[in-house]
Amino acid sequence: MISLAGRDILHSWGKFVFTGVGLGLLIGVTLTMAGVYRGMVDDAKVLLDNSGADLWVVQQDTLGPYAEPSSLYDDVYRTIRGMPGVDRAANITYLTMQVRQGERDVRAMVVGVVPGGPGEPGQPGYLIAGRQITRSHYEAVADVATGFKLGERIQIRRNHYAVVGLTRRMVSSGGDPMVFIPLKDAQEAQFLKDNDAIAQQRRRTAGNPAFNRPGTPGLLDAVLASQSINPYINSVLVQVKPGFSPEEVAKPIRRWKRLQVYTRVQMEEILIGKLIATAAKQIGMFLVILAIVSAAIVAFIIYTLTLGKIREIAVLKLIGTRNRTIAGMIMQQALGLGLIGFVVGKISATFWAPIFPKYVLLEPGDALLGFAGVFVICALASVLAIRAALKVDPAEAIGG
Amino acid sequence: MFGKGIRIEGLRKRYGKGDTALDALKGVDMQVAPGEVVGLIGPSGSGKSTLLKCLGAVIEPTAGRMTLGEEVIYDDGWKIPDLRALRRDKIGFVFQAPYLIPFLDVTDNVALLPMLAGHPNAESRKRALELLEALDVAHRAKAMPSQLSGGEQQRVSIARALVNRPPVILADEPTAPLDSERALAVIRILNQMARQYETAIIVVTHDEKIIPTFKRIYHIRDGKTQEEAGEGRAFE
Repeated sequence: MISLAGRDILHSWGKFVFTGVGLGLLIGVTLTMAGVYRGMVDDAKVLLDNSGADLWVVQQDTLGPYAEPSSLYDDVYRTIRGMPGVDRAANITYLTMQVRQGERDVRAMVVGVVPGGPGEPGQPGYLIAGRQITRSHYEAVADVATGFKLGERIQIRRNHYAVVGLTRRMVSSGGDPMVFIPLKDAQEAQFLKDNDAIAQQRRRTAGNPAFNRPGTPGLLDAVLASQSINPYINSVLVQVKPGFSPEEVAKPIRRWKRLQVYTRVQMEEILIGKLIATAAKQIGMFLVILAIVSAAIVAFIIYTLTLGKIREIAVLKLIGTRNRTIAGMIMQQALGLGLIGFVVGKISATFWAPIFPKYVLLEPGDALLGFAGVFVICALASVLAIRAALKVDPAEAIGG
Repeated sequence: MFGKGIRIEGLRKRYGKGDTALDALKGVDMQVAPGEVVGLIGPSGSGKSTLLKCLGAVIEPTAGRMTLGEEVIYDDGWKIPDLRALRRDKIGFVFQAPYLIPFLDVTDNVALLPMLAGHPNAESRKRALELLEALDVAHRAKAMPSQLSGGEQQRVSIARALVNRPPVILADEPTAPLDSERALAVIRILNQMARQYETAIIVVTHDEKIIPTFKRIYHIRDGKTQEEAGEGRAFE
């Protein structure tokens, strides 16, 4: 038996291909939305991977440093280094802001790290060009996604930095590329005020009798000095010694240092379960709506195509074609449309994903799921047309 | 010989129930022998289409008996179980418009019926090509229906009606869209095929051009048929 659906598709291939392309673009958008979600999850995991940490020590009762603000004194790391099972500990700050370069500015996560080499917690794991930060001031390593080039000068707050190294895939959980600068500069940048504000603060402090006592010389200078420095960091990143589990190292830090400590698993839960949860739900809603729209479009197209063949269907029924042959023809056409749509959608998504400003991760598993979903949707969407076809009276071919 | 014609006795068809019931057929009798072509004529609303649909096993009569060859199709409310297979295997249809399947080429339009009946594709196509040859359209075997002239399309539809060697062919206004010459050509072909394949052919028509060619005519009026001798005018 010949394939009636195949013959019909071949006969009016233009109509099928153009309809399939239209549907494919919609499927491409759906796959891309799934890719955006996967990209967000991957960004979050990359952020944790690239930090090189086994533990994140943050301010008590906070979900810092990524999901909530966290503030610790910058000398805490010394006492943490002495805790059992701790191999390395390093201060780190995170600040998302606009980084200027010439006439343009780039949204970036500025990471303050202690100058050192790769392997230290918080350091960029590898470079694709240049070198690591070796000086304590005014050097930067940037992710290539910032668009900065080696040797360029960038501006963070009032200070300028030379880009000495470039790295790749170092992004925040929001997908912003990272710019690494020395820790002291980052601490300063976090609370750096403009000159007018500093002068105003000094005047107000001097005008406060509690800080400017005639009988206590030097008090005002000490207070002013304390106001001009920032001794805080956001987190201490800890690497544990081989043979120790992160949880067994975290416990005594929590207990004796009165700080919050998160393991890698806990931090992943915070990032994925809390930080990007709303965005994930938003994307999920889009996926559901797109699936419904796709189903409606396939149903409408197949229904319209079927209505256009009522006379042929009546003739087929009159000459003894089984209902299941006619239903099969319509369903095969719907599935054929879905196949064309999926191929076009997958190709489109693959081509346009790299153009997106944020990372879009198209996973083969999602594509397979999408393929199955498209087929289920097309099969369901064809039911309406099949019902219409099965209702056709063979007597319509005779007329009268 | 592919069958022993068609015979109906006291065929009745009632639409609806109660006060709104309408008797479209009020006891129709008819018999067409193998190899014979008869005309069925009548004014609009006379029950022509209802009779054609009953003969074509598309609708079931309310009462009466119909036999196709030796096989009883209807008998006072009883019917054979599979009318669809009956239509496929034992009744051929030729319509006013050819109604060829637009996405199948000429060969497959004709070969579709044996394929639906479970015959292998190659055998079905061979049988289709033989008929196309007999009807002088074999040279268009690979063409699509839209590439054929009206006359060619009608010849292909006749080939489709004949391909399963049915004992009866029902032709519904087969010459309506054709001019005199082509209309007579179609009737000539139907007569030729009826003789060649021992098929009983019933031609429903209003076409004054072809009515004189029938040797026997059934007039249908108010749901009843009346047999008349036709002119049987030579058309060759």
